[in-house]
Amino acid sequence: MRYLPLTPADRAEMLGVIGVGSIDDLFADVPAAARKADLFDLPLHAGELEVERELSSLAAMNRPAGAGPFFCGAGAYRHHVPATVDHVIQRSEFLTSYTPYQPEIAQGTLQVLFEFQTQVAALTGLEVANASMYDGSTACAEAVMMAQRVTRRKKAVVSGGLHPHYAATTQTIAHAEGMDITRLPAAIDAEAAVIEAIDAETACVVVQTPNVFGVVTDVSKIAEAAHTAGALLIVVTTETVSFGLLKSPGEMGADIAVAEGQSIGNGLNFGGPYVGLFACREKLVRQMPGRLCGETVDAEGRRGFVLTLSTREQHIRREKATSNICTNSGLCALAFTIHLSLLGERGLRELAELNHSKARELRDALAKVAGVEILTPRFFNEFAIRLRGDAAATVEALLTDGIVAGVPFSRLAPEAGMDDVLLVAATETTTTTDIAAFADALARRTGQ
Amino acid sequence: MTMLNVGRPTRPEAVLETSHRSLSGGRGLLQDEALIFEMGGWNKTGVDLAPAEHDASDLGDLVRTAPIGLPGLSEPEAMRHYVRLSQKNHAIDLALYPLGSCTMKHNPRLNEKMARLAGFGDLHPLSPQSTVQGALALIDRLAHWLKTLTGMPAVAMSPKAGAHGELCGLLTIKAAHEANGQGHRRTVLVPTSAHGTNPATAAFVGYSVVEIAQTDDGRVDIADLAAKLSPDVAAIMVTNPNTCGLFERDVIEIGRLTHEAGAYFYCDGANFNAIVGRVRPGDLGVDAMHINLHKTFSTPHGGGGPGAGPVVLSAALAPFAPAPWVVSDGEGFKLVEGAEGDAAQAFGRMSAFHGQMGMFVRAYAYMLSHGSDGLRQVAEDAVLNANYIKAKLSAVMTPAFPDGPCMHEALFDDAWLEGTDVTTLDFAKAMIDEGFHPMTMYFPLVVHGAMLIEPTETESRQELDRFCHALVLLAQAAKAGDVDRFRGAPYLAPLRRLDETLAARKPRLTWKPELAGVSPAPIAAE
Repeated sequence: MRYLPLTPADRAEMLGVIGVGSIDDLFADVPAAARKADLFDLPLHAGELEVERELSSLAAMNRPAGAGPFFCGAGAYRHHVPATVDHVIQRSEFLTSYTPYQPEIAQGTLQVLFEFQTQVAALTGLEVANASMYDGSTACAEAVMMAQRVTRRKKAVVSGGLHPHYAATTQTIAHAEGMDITRLPAAIDAEAAVIEAIDAETACVVVQTPNVFGVVTDVSKIAEAAHTAGALLIVVTTETVSFGLLKSPGEMGADIAVAEGQSIGNGLNFGGPYVGLFACREKLVRQMPGRLCGETVDAEGRRGFVLTLSTREQHIRREKATSNICTNSGLCALAFTIHLSLLGERGLRELAELNHSKARELRDALAKVAGVEILTPRFFNEFAIRLRGDAAATVEALLTDGIVAGVPFSRLAPEAGMDDVLLVAATETTTTTDIAAFADALARRTGQ
Repeated sequence: MTMLNVGRPTRPEAVLETSHRSLSGGRGLLQDEALIFEMGGWNKTGVDLAPAEHDASDLGDLVRTAPIGLPGLSEPEAMRHYVRLSQKNHAIDLALYPLGSCTMKHNPRLNEKMARLAGFGDLHPLSPQSTVQGALALIDRLAHWLKTLTGMPAVAMSPKAGAHGELCGLLTIKAAHEANGQGHRRTVLVPTSAHGTNPATAAFVGYSVVEIAQTDDGRVDIADLAAKLSPDVAAIMVTNPNTCGLFERDVIEIGRLTHEAGAYFYCDGANFNAIVGRVRPGDLGVDAMHINLHKTFSTPHGGGGPGAGPVVLSAALAPFAPAPWVVSDGEGFKLVEGAEGDAAQAFGRMSAFHGQMGMFVRAYAYMLSHGSDGLRQVAEDAVLNANYIKAKLSAVMTPAFPDGPCMHEALFDDAWLEGTDVTTLDFAKAMIDEGFHPMTMYFPLVVHGAMLIEPTETESRQELDRFCHALVLLAQAAKAGDVDRFRGAPYLAPLRRLDETLAARKPRLTWKPELAGVSPAPIAAE
């Protein structure tokens, strides 16, 4: 077995050093009834070639996003990631290291985390950011629970523009901790209904921009209303590239910003691993979940970085911790930081403008198709359209034309009664040819 | 050919100077490295993008006007920056990484290659289900392996890490209790030796945590457990093999007592590596257990994640598992994504999509490579290596539980350091100078000055011997009064010991130009 260095001779000699007769003696504490003498009913070991063959055949049964015109977004976006990113994250020293518990021999990881935190704080327009969460949806749930700790109130008002899977995740996790979640109905302009749902018991208001229908909102007014009521504003963003073009959550009054960072540095990976971004106002830092990297000095006065404020965390505070999170998304955060370092402010802005431009091009093409109604007035790189019939059926029909047309809203929220709504996204990877093929195919289908 | 004929010396001169310092501050291959924010790239970019055809005028006042404050690097600068940083890390590919409870084993590169196949890496989670049949098939097959290896009938695949799996397990238990009219149960019992995530998770779900005492031989105190099991107890959370590296001999009795009290048995599966292929948790009375794919099944830890924490479930808990999951109807695979129909009892959703697919691919490749025979060998070699270390080091260090074998990790206390003026921390830092990553220190909490060593099965005997030799020399030095070697350690790492108190007292969590004494006013892009 190629991954196991011990030889039979090693094993025999080592048993001798230990002073036992057989390997079974080392498992003597296992109750006899639970010891399995036989091999399990699973295949025997296989060579690299055989494993690669099997995995490749499974991969070949899938249609990658890059195989043709592709317009799915709704929380995961296909972007081009520079080759440098994947090369660096496969460096042994990054790939095969653990959480940086021994800072003297983990400065590589720690300095990257410090850069990551600084980048996330800058993007979100807030003062501090943590060293990553699992993904945007779990970051959202954690933000709601953090608001409960800060305000000592139990009610969360969740906009109907929040991605339904984020809302469900938040409902599941935060409700278990005793939060009362008020989920407003899904609507294109859901943000308009948020302010009147805020009351004196509200711990936080959760608003997404661009929202799940792609609508970009200035949430400043919601921030004012939340703050007047003594509540926190949590702003959620599922498309991190949008920060390059749009006003930041902090600029609009957010107290906590959470985002899905997948778009920068990370592939689609069928939904994970992704990287949750989590930032907040400095005064709230001691209620933050997750790891924080901080600057300090070593015994000779040289700058270095360590994990810090860990008295918030589970391994120190146990049942009084701010969160139970331990393993997070370290390597995905590294990919994010490298990609964003390559982009820089100029590149990110250009990338965001390019995304927006492609989406405008897509909007213009689809708006000309008979029976298509554009629902999203102002969008970044994603918008909702209304079709004459069932959106899921249209997606299936267009698949036969080689086009993945987008995400039917009914897949995210079957109960919303919006079966004719389709979410479509364009990024820098979308070509004019893709857009023309989509519009032509849709015209053929809806014209029938 | 000519190089040696031009007067260039080919043999080094003996030099006596031991604390040599360079003139510029450089240290050979180990470069000091600035932060990206100090490299001056405020208007630089390392990507070349096509120009946008349409502007953003349609967005009006939603457009950002203030600068963001992000520096950029050209590609060569970025490559050099991050490669230099990488060289300041210890890694499993460099040497033994004996962090107890963390299972730092070799990460096969085949698995990396497989996860990057376009059919997995470039697959959108909401792509129509007919376009993702291979991915769903893979999740289904991985689930089959996990169920077979654990002897459990169901598995929730979506949790994203061990702690997320614990949360999933406890939420499943809570939902089951509520469905059975037992929603009043408010307590979770956790041994004092448990991982911090266990009590943190229980509290997260709104349970109060009561600790179970430990016996002198490092196991759950059955009498104390029996006394604390009451109609108020929802679950117990027990790690097995436990965090002392010992198998809970009375595990079947623990399960029986727990079930008799109407509670569920949650097992923390962080240490499944020690028993995979030899023992099935389902045969031990376990109702739910998370499996850290990044430990037992070797998906790389990446400096802190990502991981994956699927949770195997007993028949009693299976109906309450969270969405989504994969079903097969003979014509193909289907994702059940909402809590309707068959899924009506699902307790909810753990995250936006279907779990850590990237980790699933790697773990499945790892399983196929090992097979049922190789996985059994994994457990045997992991346990053999740990016992070998325990045997070799017991002459100079004090094992916390000397009697009987350990499982996959060897636990020592600091009794042997008494009177030396060297602490567990000092000893650990001195290991860095010897070229090894320290073991887990001061955990589990039940052992004074704990040193928890987990070698894993992917260490050769030569590497184990090299490690033990270094530790024996260090132990002898500590006992001989060579205190400075320890108190000042590490001397040879990229940095000396870091001031963690300062970091916590005056938190600097982001780079700020004013603190750095520079004013690189970020330039807005054209």
